[in-house]
This record gives sequence, structure tokens and C-alpha cells, in this order.
Amino acid sequence: MANALDPHAAVVTEAGGLDQRGTLKTADGQPLSRALARSSRKARRRAFMLVLPLLLFILITFVLPIGQMLQRSVKNDGFSANMPQLSAWFAEHPRGTDPNDAAWAALAADLTASAEARTIGVVGTRINYDMPGTRSLFTSAGRQARRGVEPPYRDAILEMDQKWGDPKLWSVMREASSPYTSNFYLAAVDRTRDDSGNIVQAPEQQRVYLMLFLRTLWLSLVITFTTFLLGFPIAHLLATLPTRKSNLLMILVLLPFWTSLLVRTTAWMVLLQQQGVVNDILVWLGVIGNSGRLQMIFNQTGTIIAMTHILLPFMILPLYSVMRTINPSYVRAARSLGATSWTAFRRIYFPQTLPGLGAGALLVFILAVGYYITPALVGGSSGQLISNMIAMHMTQTLNWSMAAALAAILLGGVLILYWVYDRLVGIDNLKLG
Amino acid sequence: MAISAANDAFVVFDHVQKSYDGQSLVVKDLNLTIGKGEFLTMLGPSGSGKTTCLMMLAGFETATHGEIRLNGKNINDVPPHKRGIGMVFQNYALFPHMTVGENLSFPLEVRGMSKDERETRVTRALDMVQMGKFKNRRPAQLSGGQQQRIALARALVFDPELVLMDEPLGALDKQLREHMQFEIKALHDRLGITVVYVTHDQGEALTMSDRIAVFNDGRIQQLAPPPVLYEQPENSFVAGFIGENNALRGQIEQLNGDKALVRLANGDLIDATAVNIREAGKTTTVSVRPERVEFKPDLMPAGAHTIEAEVRDVVYMGDILRARLKVAGQDDFVMKYRNTLGQTKLSPGQTIRIGWHPEDARALDPV
Repeated sequence: MANALDPHAAVVTEAGGLDQRGTLKTADGQPLSRALARSSRKARRRAFMLVLPLLLFILITFVLPIGQMLQRSVKNDGFSANMPQLSAWFAEHPRGTDPNDAAWAALAADLTASAEARTIGVVGTRINYDMPGTRSLFTSAGRQARRGVEPPYRDAILEMDQKWGDPKLWSVMREASSPYTSNFYLAAVDRTRDDSGNIVQAPEQQRVYLMLFLRTLWLSLVITFTTFLLGFPIAHLLATLPTRKSNLLMILVLLPFWTSLLVRTTAWMVLLQQQGVVNDILVWLGVIGNSGRLQMIFNQTGTIIAMTHILLPFMILPLYSVMRTINPSYVRAARSLGATSWTAFRRIYFPQTLPGLGAGALLVFILAVGYYITPALVGGSSGQLISNMIAMHMTQTLNWSMAAALAAILLGGVLILYWVYDRLVGIDNLKLG
Repeated sequence: MAISAANDAFVVFDHVQKSYDGQSLVVKDLNLTIGKGEFLTMLGPSGSGKTTCLMMLAGFETATHGEIRLNGKNINDVPPHKRGIGMVFQNYALFPHMTVGENLSFPLEVRGMSKDERETRVTRALDMVQMGKFKNRRPAQLSGGQQQRIALARALVFDPELVLMDEPLGALDKQLREHMQFEIKALHDRLGITVVYVTHDQGEALTMSDRIAVFNDGRIQQLAPPPVLYEQPENSFVAGFIGENNALRGQIEQLNGDKALVRLANGDLIDATAVNIREAGKTTTVSVRPERVEFKPDLMPAGAHTIEAEVRDVVYMGDILRARLKVAGQDDFVMKYRNTLGQTKLSPGQTIRIGWHPEDARALDPV
């Protein structure tokens, strides 16, 4: 029976149990730890094979695209790849060097080559990110360059457009001459570089992102709090009602999950718009005048109301799963010990719901921070969140690097919050279901 | 414990009824008076209404009809936290997010006691249950028996005059349970508190109580001190629920005062005491305790009718022997006899004659 491959054979016998160093041995003299590792290896391999498909799926569809996206936030070779000679000149001459003849010659050559290769638009777009309104400068220069540029290049190019002499433009081109740049992150926090490359605040009319980040954070907090206020009593009812009634209530809670997001959101439009149901009722009741109809949608109020409704189940379900496990005798004990119902709730019941509350709050907050469709539909302009800006960069301005930088900051912020939560509450105390 | 007349009516249930669904009564016309300092046990199978009565007394359920008085005052509309009743729960209900010390100090805190006063009382209560060292532990770090002591200390720390216990020892193993029974009883005697104790364990009820109220079907079947309950059950339910019992079915042949002659199914005649049968000719169940059955002719009471029994099997239980007999066509009759030196050996198939003192056989209502 002393087969080394048989895990059950790993039995210590008295004969050869211990060697000089005191390590345990199996019946046939193998170290016990090695026998244990061998006997469990097969089971481990089989378990790994089971999760392998999911691992590959996540790797291919999640980790790789996100990694590429994050790389995009610091890398953009639209300029450096298509303007090789000028990029080389920037590399050789430190910042502060005025463009000399060689620089102008390189620019002329690159413009011509790039126009021939029909990549001048890409170059213009790249520079346009950092210096709005310059894309046409490149495309038109490219068109003229194809007809031929004669030395002296400086005068020839300035002839095309005086803007080519702008030191700001040269500073931006120097920045773009390296494929790797931190400019997108700077822009994402409303910062830019001045002519000499120092980091400064962006012009006032261009400062939108920080405000949007703060608004996203604030609205997410408000939404988390309102879902808590509305969800806590419902979760408590669900946990304490008799099974038949609580099942019905549970269906009502889950019903929104089974309805299309768009349908739910547009239903809020029907209800909340100025000629909508709620306003009609208020006017009919005489609470407000016909001229004083409330603006409840296409602004922050609309975003808060609609998103609270959509995210409510994510607060209710973890709370419910925790509350169900709280024995009613705790509150009874507190009451019999002399606590009023409020004290019993505050000191005994509520603290025991914290794991569920933490899980629900974290879920709702993280979902709210990245929410896109609902604020896009009902948010108007004041209810837009940072994710709407990311979507805009993805689909309209096609500045994917900017979108990636914004998304990366959002991701970092969420991870930091998660870390803070872990330090304060402890992830072990999280009960998701 | 002797109950003085002045303190007779500390807790009074006066025609109390309780219904949960408006269709049926869980508690049917309960009348019960508990004296001050008394240890009263509500005993009964599950669903008999005993826990409902306790919950009504604690204030977690409202009486559908009738009045509950504490110390002479109607407490029907007094919320639980103003009743000042200590309570020990089945699962202990120690607050898991507080330490032992915080658990004990909670009832004092909500009463607005000063920190020093709280400290003194918590320490005193913990010492009372020999748990002084465990003040800073969490309930989850304690064993079942330790949690039980803490729950007890918490129910007593604010000096209530009345303490309710809802099957407090149900989750403990046998040895610990017996030990805690002794401790609870000792605490009761020492502190002079009134205890209302709910259990379905008759052994526990017999050991600890001054009086036991046996519940079944929403009614008190019998309310009596343990010896009376065991030896003089008033109906078949009590006879069957408390202790081991033989039930012989038959008909009253003769009735002379409370002396009855009962004819069993096979025609045998036995002596019995009529308890709740007051008419000859009625069917009855005669209840006989197994240890009161005698089979040696010289120990048989004079003039007692004896009947024939066939030994089915004998189980050796150490201190006693337990013989299963076939009597009057029923083969579930049990006789217990002491395992003394030179005790007669019975063997299966043997026929013996058994009898008992007429007072030990009680003719009760038919089952």
C-alpha cells in the first residue's frame, strides 16, 4: 500500500517517521511536504483547467483592451511618426533653442512627405489637441507644400501662414515630437504647458474637467445617500415581512432590472418634463401656477432622480441579505433592557447592517461614478458627468488619448476610494449577497 | 419557596386571550397568578402557547383580550422598555458588535447611569456569574455556556424584580445544562427575584421550579409544584407529558368516592383513584408510573388487585432495570425496578403478576 502517488499513503510510520533534522517522512521515506504537494498537484491542475476558459476570456476581452486604452493615454505618435525629420531636430536641440534653418528645412520636408503620404491630417489633429484651431494650418500647408517649397524655407513657410512663427506652436510641436506625453493627463486636470514648457492652468474657458470630476463625485455621493434613504426601509421590510408578501415586494424591487434601461429613463422624461405628468398634477392641485412649472429634468435634478431609481436595487439587495440574518431577538433584547425603539435601532440594529450598507454604498457609488446613458438622456447640460465627456472624446472629437486619460483618472480615483474603504471598514466586512 | 399572601399577585394574567390571525386562539382564556420571589416554569410542547404568554408579559406581543398586571398595575399598554423586566433569550441575543462589558453596560446606559456607577454594577454582575475576566471579549469569542452566563448577567445587571427566560439552556449540552440549572436556581434563591421560565424540557422544569404550569393547546392543563405534578397528574396529557407513564385503557366498573375499580380490555380488574372521572361506566385511561409497579407478591399492598403480565424484554440501565411487559393486550407497559443485590432476574416470555397501590394508579380522561 506504500505507493508514493497515493495521497492516502502519506502516513507517518513510527519506523522512519523523523530524520535527523526533525522533518516528517512518509512510510516510504519521502519528505511529508513533498508527498503532500504531489498528491494535491493533480487536483490543483484540474481546478486550474476549469477556470482557464474564463481566464483567457477576461485576458482577451478585458485586460488587453484596457491596457491598450491606458497606453493610449500616454502615447500618441500621430506627430512623431509622420514628422520624423523635425522630431529628430527637436531631439537634438534642447528646449529654448529658436528654430534655425535646419529646423525649417526639416519642417518643409516633413510637410511635403506627409502631404504626399496623406497623413498630414493626422499630424494636424495631434497638434490640434494641445492647441485648438491648428488643424487647418497643417492641412493647408500640406496642400501648398505638395506644389513645391523653395528655400529659404523659413520665409516660404511663413509666407503660407504667419502662425508658423508662433513660439507656442513650436512648443506644442516639441511636446508632440515624442510619442510619449503627459499632456493628456495635464489636460484632464485642466492644466497645460506654456511656451517654455511649464505647467500652468488652462485658459479659463477651457477649464471643464476638474469641475466635471467634482460634479461626478458630488452627484455620486448624493445618489448613494438617496438610495440609502429610500432603500433602507424597503430592505428592512423585505427582511421582516412574511415570505409571501416579501416575495411580491422583491419582484417589485427587481422589476426595474427586467425593464430596458432606455424605457425606464424615457419614462422619467414623460413624468418629469415641464408638460409632464408630475407638473400637470401639481398645476391641477394648484401647488404651482401654470407659468411656474418646475424644471425637473434635463438638469442635475433629473440625473439624480433617474439614477437613484436605476441604482436602488444595488443598495437594497446587499442590505436585504444582511438584514435577513439579523435575529429579531437582538432588538427585542435591547427593548427589554430598557432601550426605546429609536435607541434599539441606532445602537443595536443599525450597526449590524453596516456590512450590507458598506457593500451597497460601494456598489452604487462605483456604478454612479461611471454612469453614462442616463445622464446623457436626462442630464441636460448641468447634469452631465465625466463619463459623458469620455464618450464625447471617444465618438465625436475622436481624441481617444484624452478619453483614455480621463478614464484612467476615474479608475484611479475609484481604486483609491476602495483602498480608503478597506482601511476604514475592511473588505472582509463587505457582504454582497 | 413559601409565598406570603401579601406578595401573592406579583404577576397576574386575567382572562388573557391571544390570536394572531383572527381565526384561532393561540392562548385560550389564561388565568395565572405568580407570587413575588417565585420560580414559575411554563412547560409544554412547541405550539402550546407558552412562549406567546412570555412574549405578552415581556411586551413584544399584545393580548387580544384580557389584562396582564405587574405589581398591581395593568401593563397591557406599557411598551417593553418601560416594563423593567429582565429577559434571557434562547439564542442569548448578546449584541455581536459590543464587548461583554458594553453588553452589560447597555441597559445601564439607556437608564442614564453615570460611568462610575455603570462600572461598579457591570463588575458586580460579571463576578456574580464568575465571568469577571471576560469583560473585554466579544460574544463570538465565548463558548455557549459562557455566553449563557453573560446573557444572564445582562438580564440581572439593572436589578429587575422579574426575569423572564425563554428556553435559555436549549443550546447547551447535557452536562453544562445541568450545571447551569443549578446556577440559575442558586441565583434565584440568593437574589430573591421572580423568575418566569419557559421550557419544553420536563426534567429542567422539575428540578428548578417552585411551580410548573403545563401548557397544551393554549390552556394551562395543570398548575402545581413539581412533586404534585408528577405524582398526581390531573389529566392524561399531564400524566403523559411529565415523566414516563403507563396508560391502560379501560372502563369504570365501580366507583366508591374516589376509589375506582377499572375493567381492562381483557376483562382484568385493577384498582385506581378516580381523578377526573366521576361516573361509573365511562371509559378511562389509567395512569401508572413505571417505578410504582410492583411484581414481588410480598411487597404488594394488601387487598390490591393484581394482574397477569408477560415479560417482553428487560433493558439493563445500570442503576435500574427496565422491563417491557404485555398487560391486558397492550405490550407497551413499562416497569422499572431497582438493581439491588440479589434482585429477581426476569427473562423474556416469563409470566408474572403485577400490582400497585391504588393511589398510584390514577383513572384519568380517555386519551
